[in-house]
Amino acid sequence: MDWGFITTQTVSAIFGPLAVFYVLGAQGLNLHYGYTGLLNFGQAGFMATGAYGMAIASAPESAGGFGFPLWVGLLVSVLATVVFALLLGIPTLRLRGDYLAIVTIAASEILRIVFRSEALEDFSGGNSGMNGFARSFYDANPFSNGYRYQFGPFEYLGKDLWVMLVGWALVVIAAVLTFLLMRSPWGRVLRSIRENEDAVRSLGKNVFSYKMQSLVLGALMGAAGGVVLALYQNLATPDDFGTKATFIAYTALILGGAARVGGPIVGGMIFYGFFTFMQVTAGQMAKAELLPTSIMDDVQAGIVPFLLLGLVLMLLVVFRPQGIFGDRREIELDG
Amino acid sequence: MAEHAQASPEAPPDTRSGPAALAGVAREIGVAKPDPVLVADSMVRRFGGVTAVNVGHVEFQRGAITALIGPNGAGKTTFFNLLSCFDQPQEGTWSFNGQILNGVAPYKVARRGMVRTFQLTKALTKLTVIENMRLGAQGQRGETFLGALSSMWGSQEREITARADALLERFKLDHMREEFAASLSGGQRKLLEMARALMTDPELLMLDEPMAGVNPALKQSLLGHVKTLRDEGRSVIFVEHDMDMVFDISDWVVVMAEGRIIAEGTPAEIGSNVAVIDAYLGTHHGAELSGGLAGES
Repeated sequence: MDWGFITTQTVSAIFGPLAVFYVLGAQGLNLHYGYTGLLNFGQAGFMATGAYGMAIASAPESAGGFGFPLWVGLLVSVLATVVFALLLGIPTLRLRGDYLAIVTIAASEILRIVFRSEALEDFSGGNSGMNGFARSFYDANPFSNGYRYQFGPFEYLGKDLWVMLVGWALVVIAAVLTFLLMRSPWGRVLRSIRENEDAVRSLGKNVFSYKMQSLVLGALMGAAGGVVLALYQNLATPDDFGTKATFIAYTALILGGAARVGGPIVGGMIFYGFFTFMQVTAGQMAKAELLPTSIMDDVQAGIVPFLLLGLVLMLLVVFRPQGIFGDRREIELDG
Repeated sequence: MAEHAQASPEAPPDTRSGPAALAGVAREIGVAKPDPVLVADSMVRRFGGVTAVNVGHVEFQRGAITALIGPNGAGKTTFFNLLSCFDQPQEGTWSFNGQILNGVAPYKVARRGMVRTFQLTKALTKLTVIENMRLGAQGQRGETFLGALSSMWGSQEREITARADALLERFKLDHMREEFAASLSGGQRKLLEMARALMTDPELLMLDEPMAGVNPALKQSLLGHVKTLRDEGRSVIFVEHDMDMVFDISDWVVVMAEGRIIAEGTPAEIGSNVAVIDAYLGTHHGAELSGGLAGES
């Protein structure tokens, strides 16, 4: 067991691009679920439109893309996400909350399956996804892409530092935006919709319009997460955007505390740190043959964190539904 | 309300609006009022095989307090839902200030000045009392996405808060200002909902059982508030089972039974109306009712 390795891996993960991916996804869900009470189970779909919008528009023509500059790709990401959110919201947001949940989870899976389909391989890269669109992003890197920067015991590649810098900047922007909006009368309407739509209607507010604004804005935050992940990997691949991504984001949100601006950030960091810690530790234990292979081999050990994910989510909901920061009086799941 | 200056003390008395004008109105179902604020015509609402509401024609006088009474299951709340556009009838038209309301979204009805409360209170439990109140204010600059970010809403928010505090004081909820609405009692929630509706500055206030669960001491002051609303020139329509309230404050009473309107008139006349007593008690238990429908519960 190499405890030093486990520690550095865990700490790197806490600040790494994947943590950013989940934090942004969770902040979007915070807006949807935490503040507006919208049950969006398809956040992965919005993350996918973010990643694929950019990937398809900006991947070089040799890789099957359209070869547009990266900023055009980002614009396409935004547009695709807004259109997708409107498409899901228009038919469902007038109905009861459950309909949005059903439609979003189905639509996000449809999107993923379409992106990975053989038939559309020329368009979206099929199973292996789209790559090669991030070159100009790394050209703009103020750090040296291949250089290993040392921070005490931790070291980061220059290219990773650049992704992290941009990623955490987006996290800060999303958090500041959420904070400003939620202390405003606009945020008050959203929180009221979470409590009782009819009461808000009876006071002359256009509930549908507010729910739509919330859906679009939270979707864009998720899309930003998708963009960060795709830039980090220089690859948009369908299986990064399975339902798993949605539920990890939900776990991060509930862990940190819904309806709190800092909740998804701390929740995402702790969750992904813990997840990595479990994964690395299980791998190390298997490698050190601390676990007899008759119980589990190292491949099976890799699944253990997912088992724990389910357990943690259940324990949280039962014993601490308000998460780390939440106010139990304000956010109770059975509300 | 300012738009109805004709009813305010300074303005010359308008003989058509307000409660006084009801004196000359014939006591018959569907009678035309001198200055109707809300008119319903041939409204039918069926739930499967049950006809919950089947109202021929009814007009509600502007600037007056009208009570809508009837036994349980008479369709009063359904009729309220239809009038406020929270439910759609299969047939019929209805209009507020002469504007047809068929197919209008509920929030637009509220914006036009016709605001309702609910029988089962819809307090926003996980918001504080003062936030509940602020939500009611209309035309808030900070309620649009860009307005919220431009932070130009601060001064308006202070005005709204001042208005909300004044109302909370009037409704004796000021000591609960910072509490979550979840910690209010049932009666206090009723008060909060009514106060919140007043934050919209409504022209017509529709109260669905405003007295249910409110303690007797508070009832008297609540009655006073409702009368004040009329004196300010607002119109009030309320559903109520509390006959003391009905007889104390209403200028006109409309009685429903089995979805239909079976009588309308002044409170005193309704109290001795045989059809009404029948509807409430099934047979002629007139002795109990004539003294103010006291037997109703």
